[in-house]
Amino acid sequence: MRVDERMINTVVIAGLLALPLYALAVDEPFTITLVTRAVILALAAVGLNIVLGIGGMVSFGHAVFFGIGGYAMGILAYHAQTFTVLDLGLFTTGGTKMMPVIWLVAMVVSAVVALLIGVLSLRTSGVYFIMITLAFGQMFFYFAISWAQYGGEDGVSIYVRNSFPGLNTLVPIQFFGVCFVLLCVVLFLVAQLQASPFGLALNGTRQSEARAQAVGLNPMRLKLLAFVISGAVTGLAGALFADLNRFVSPSMFSWQLSGELIVLIIIGGVGRLIGPVIGASVFVTLEHFLGGLTDFWHVYLGVILLCIVLFGRGGIIGLLTGQEGAHV
Amino acid sequence: MSLLILEGVSASYGDSQTLFGVDLSVAPGEVTALMGRNGMGKSTTVKTICRMIRSEGVLTFDGQDLHALPSHKVARLGVGLVPEGRRCFKDLTVRENLIAAARPGEWDFAKVSALFPRLGERAGQRAASLSGGEQQMLAIGRALMTNPRLLVLDEATEGLAPIIRQEIWAALARLKAETGVAILVVDKSLKELSAVCDSAVLLERGTTVWAGPMAGLTPDISERYVGV
Repeated sequence: MRVDERMINTVVIAGLLALPLYALAVDEPFTITLVTRAVILALAAVGLNIVLGIGGMVSFGHAVFFGIGGYAMGILAYHAQTFTVLDLGLFTTGGTKMMPVIWLVAMVVSAVVALLIGVLSLRTSGVYFIMITLAFGQMFFYFAISWAQYGGEDGVSIYVRNSFPGLNTLVPIQFFGVCFVLLCVVLFLVAQLQASPFGLALNGTRQSEARAQAVGLNPMRLKLLAFVISGAVTGLAGALFADLNRFVSPSMFSWQLSGELIVLIIIGGVGRLIGPVIGASVFVTLEHFLGGLTDFWHVYLGVILLCIVLFGRGGIIGLLTGQEGAHV
Repeated sequence: MSLLILEGVSASYGDSQTLFGVDLSVAPGEVTALMGRNGMGKSTTVKTICRMIRSEGVLTFDGQDLHALPSHKVARLGVGLVPEGRRCFKDLTVRENLIAAARPGEWDFAKVSALFPRLGERAGQRAASLSGGEQQMLAIGRALMTNPRLLVLDEATEGLAPIIRQEIWAALARLKAETGVAILVVDKSLKELSAVCDSAVLLERGTTVWAGPMAGLTPDISERYVGV
């Protein structure tokens, strides 16, 4: 039986909202935190899906932006909680614990770094693009390890979760609400982007750069803009992830994390709007249940990934809809 | 003054030279046929105009040297290409193919649909699921959506059913009659070309061997250089 993709999207989003509400009703705050983790990872993968799914660029260094978002949160909150001055050369600041400000900083810094990485890496394609993005990821990873001011490889701990006006973000359901709303807003914007002339041109560029150029599209500019938007979204997710854990460390820059984000997209369905959300939900579920049974739960994840790649290239959504390819 | 000018243009694929001296000009609103036997350099000339391969010689569009421009900037100047083999964005629908290429100007989805009603009927259908003829119409429509001043069609009717070919030739005749767009057509259908084109350029081994008004293309010349 083939299922309509819009129906799947609705059910997934409704399920993602219903589960924490049920957990709240039966007083299981850990489940709420677990779903919040899935929502944040989904947000990071939605960011990556812009370049991977729509633009066809296999970035193996998207953890850079996730880490930058995390460190943006960690550094600003660290200075705010220790009442120390953050000297940025042109100006100084005492840091902040306000989530919206942290998100803005995380997104802007991630976007700027994405612009710089994109300008260099998008001159390459295929395996060279994968390698150059991986190299940037490793550069940031080792930089963070040696950044003694912010804990080096031990990272930075934040004592109290950052604040959002009118909410008590220490209450799991309220922090979940913040993350869920952000995910829904980003999904809405990405859906608009996919259907916009920019999104369609980017999609066309993925199919054939030569054809795109023949109708006046500049592939480099399209891909660079997509890379910047993608970096900003993943950076936002990084800030939320650090806030969820109240901790940031170099592991947020790791190549394993970049790989996991790709895995989330493949599990759900490359280029599908809700694909990363399904992938993140499956990933967190396996991590929780199988992780409790064995340290080698990634083996089972690998088997699932293998089955999807071999038998259902459209991911879980592709299997349910009977359509391998994504389409806006 | 001519819109497109090629004078003594040579071009190569790596070490293999395929154009040795192409002379060609298209005036605004003029429909020009580019003819020749297989392998004589017609498609290479099209690729040269669209800056898809390296070339030397005079190559200008509206007085601007095209050699300095990348392919997408040539398209933005007003050269709309309908490539050989259709080559639509197959994962996109008909409407999305057209929107992806759209640039400001008189051509929009409604106008393309009026020219090719089949495209309007299949607006939500993926390009990959269209017939060959419909894909060809989409390729022409997509080129028109860039609002070109020169439309370049490379073997636009090759391999299509006669009824579809007629539809495409009728559309080109309408374009000539109702718009000011100049057209460069690469094709071998002498009868249809004669009905639509104002002038013709004949290539032989990468060199222009004949150029002039369509009416001056006598049977012996076409037999000698085109084989029809």
